[in-house]
Amino acid sequence: MTGSQTTFRARLFARRATAGGFLLLCLLATALAIGVLAVLLVDMTREGIGRLSWDFINSFPSRKPEQAGIKAALFGTLWLMGLTAAFAVPIGIGAALYLEEYASRNWLNRIIQTNIANLAGVPSIVYGILGLALFVRTMSLGRSVLAGSLTMALLVLPIVIIASQEALRAVPSSLREAAYGVGASRWQVVFHQVLPAAMPGILTGIILALSRAIGEAAPLIMIGALAFVPFVPRSPMDGFTVLPIQIFNWASRPQAAFGKDAAAAIIVLLAVLLSMNAIAIILRNRFQSRSRG
Amino acid sequence: MTVEAIEATGQGSRIKRARPLETRLRRGREAAIKAVLFLCAFISVVTTLAIIFTLLQETVGFFREVSIVEFLTGTKWTPQISPKHYGILPLLSGTLLVAAGGAIVALPAGLLTAIFLSEYASPWLRSIVKPVLEVLAGIPTVVFGFFALTFVSPQIVQRLFPGTQVFNAASAAIVVGIMIIPLVSSLSEDAMSAVPRSLREGAYALGSNRFEVSVKVVVPAALSGIVASFILAISRAVGETMIVALAAGATPNLTWNPLESVQTMTAYIVQVSLGDTPQGSIEFRTIFAVATALFVMTLAMNVVSQYLLHRFREIYE
Repeated sequence: MTGSQTTFRARLFARRATAGGFLLLCLLATALAIGVLAVLLVDMTREGIGRLSWDFINSFPSRKPEQAGIKAALFGTLWLMGLTAAFAVPIGIGAALYLEEYASRNWLNRIIQTNIANLAGVPSIVYGILGLALFVRTMSLGRSVLAGSLTMALLVLPIVIIASQEALRAVPSSLREAAYGVGASRWQVVFHQVLPAAMPGILTGIILALSRAIGEAAPLIMIGALAFVPFVPRSPMDGFTVLPIQIFNWASRPQAAFGKDAAAAIIVLLAVLLSMNAIAIILRNRFQSRSRG
Repeated sequence: MTVEAIEATGQGSRIKRARPLETRLRRGREAAIKAVLFLCAFISVVTTLAIIFTLLQETVGFFREVSIVEFLTGTKWTPQISPKHYGILPLLSGTLLVAAGGAIVALPAGLLTAIFLSEYASPWLRSIVKPVLEVLAGIPTVVFGFFALTFVSPQIVQRLFPGTQVFNAASAAIVVGIMIIPLVSSLSEDAMSAVPRSLREGAYALGSNRFEVSVKVVVPAALSGIVASFILAISRAVGETMIVALAAGATPNLTWNPLESVQTMTAYIVQVSLGDTPQGSIEFRTIFAVATALFVMTLAMNVVSQYLLHRFREIYE
């Protein structure tokens, strides 16, 4: 074996070793994220499963950890989700339709588009401050579920808009041209052809936006959602609490028994979120396989 | 022209006039719809203006009582205890400590995950791993906060460094890092997937192996997209609230030691709004001043990140 051959082999070995080591690192990094998720889920289940019962779901909060429940928080979360959707979905889809189907490329529309991208990155607590000043104080809605939902709607609006825009962009332009070709007006094209075609993608975005809304606590702490709510909201003007706030409240108490309550409430919240996530994934897969076929 | 007006012009011309009317009604309706949709889009601009107006209104009031120099350079933050000090540096150092710690966890892990997904994983494996990462991204931050407080702090940080307090910057930073991994990995993977195949094929043809193609060709080609994802993730870490409110503590502390208890800007805002601070008082105004600083920081990072992403798209699309 000549010297150059030996050098070549040594180099080749070094290159292969580096490549192998790098792949190992990549695998470890991927496993880290998945592993932490698994540890988190197992830990919450172990902590909280003992407290999980129908009584826990159907009881109001209490000073005694073993009697406390999440009824008020669960109903508050449902109210918040419904009202947030009522505001954010039509406005979000409307904005996306304008930007994708109507807007010409002028400076104003460019500003709107850039602005939406930037709004998506504003910390949620800043939305809370806006909600406190605008809805709770200026519009005197008080610390109501309506004020909370309006705040949350502003927070998730960029998510709905961006997801809907992506869904609209994926609609083939041949569909629009065919509709225009048979004499449809722009709105008829948009409403009867483009929107139905983009609907699965839009729905996925809406579900993701709503799961963001029901997991957020910081903006609602700002507008003063209460932690001790021994009632179910009966109207949009009632005070309310939601699961994340109830969890935060229990988690920040020193007694270990409240920690168990927090973990049990987390199981309920994660169960709701994971089912919403599953629906979104199913919708997207159906959409993808249909548009391919 | 209204329907009555047409009838007034007489039966004879009715059929002739009906068409322009229909067209005109249709045009009017189309214009009205366009206007309504524009208003929907314009709400986002109104939101931004409302945020800026709200923050500035109270912040200006705050700076009438506290000098801006003291706010930006003071090393003590004690608005609720006398003697009162309004130096934001302790809150800023707490925020940066947690964000930097999070970045140390998330940037390498997120980038390596993205490389794995984009360059190594089979479509089947990708279809498993990506939804799992999306689930991780969808975990509410209050759940992460509880996890940091009840698991990471006692089981990991306190075991490795005995004598550490329950509330410490390190546990919060680790969990903030875990939280932003999916953001880094998905945006970086998008950037790497947009790199044209021909670049990879060229490198393979010259005899490179997969590692060399990934690290010496794909990553540099996708660099602006990757850096954009890094900046966006750090901005998210700076604005993160519930994890730090639960796990990092509540003591404004000008320190770079991650094992100490700190308070971030967001955690301070939460602390004040949980108490009953009267509206209009200087304590109440501090949260607006702190929020303005937070808003400016995150906005600057988001703008840079958007610019980089935009430039990246222009190169490859």
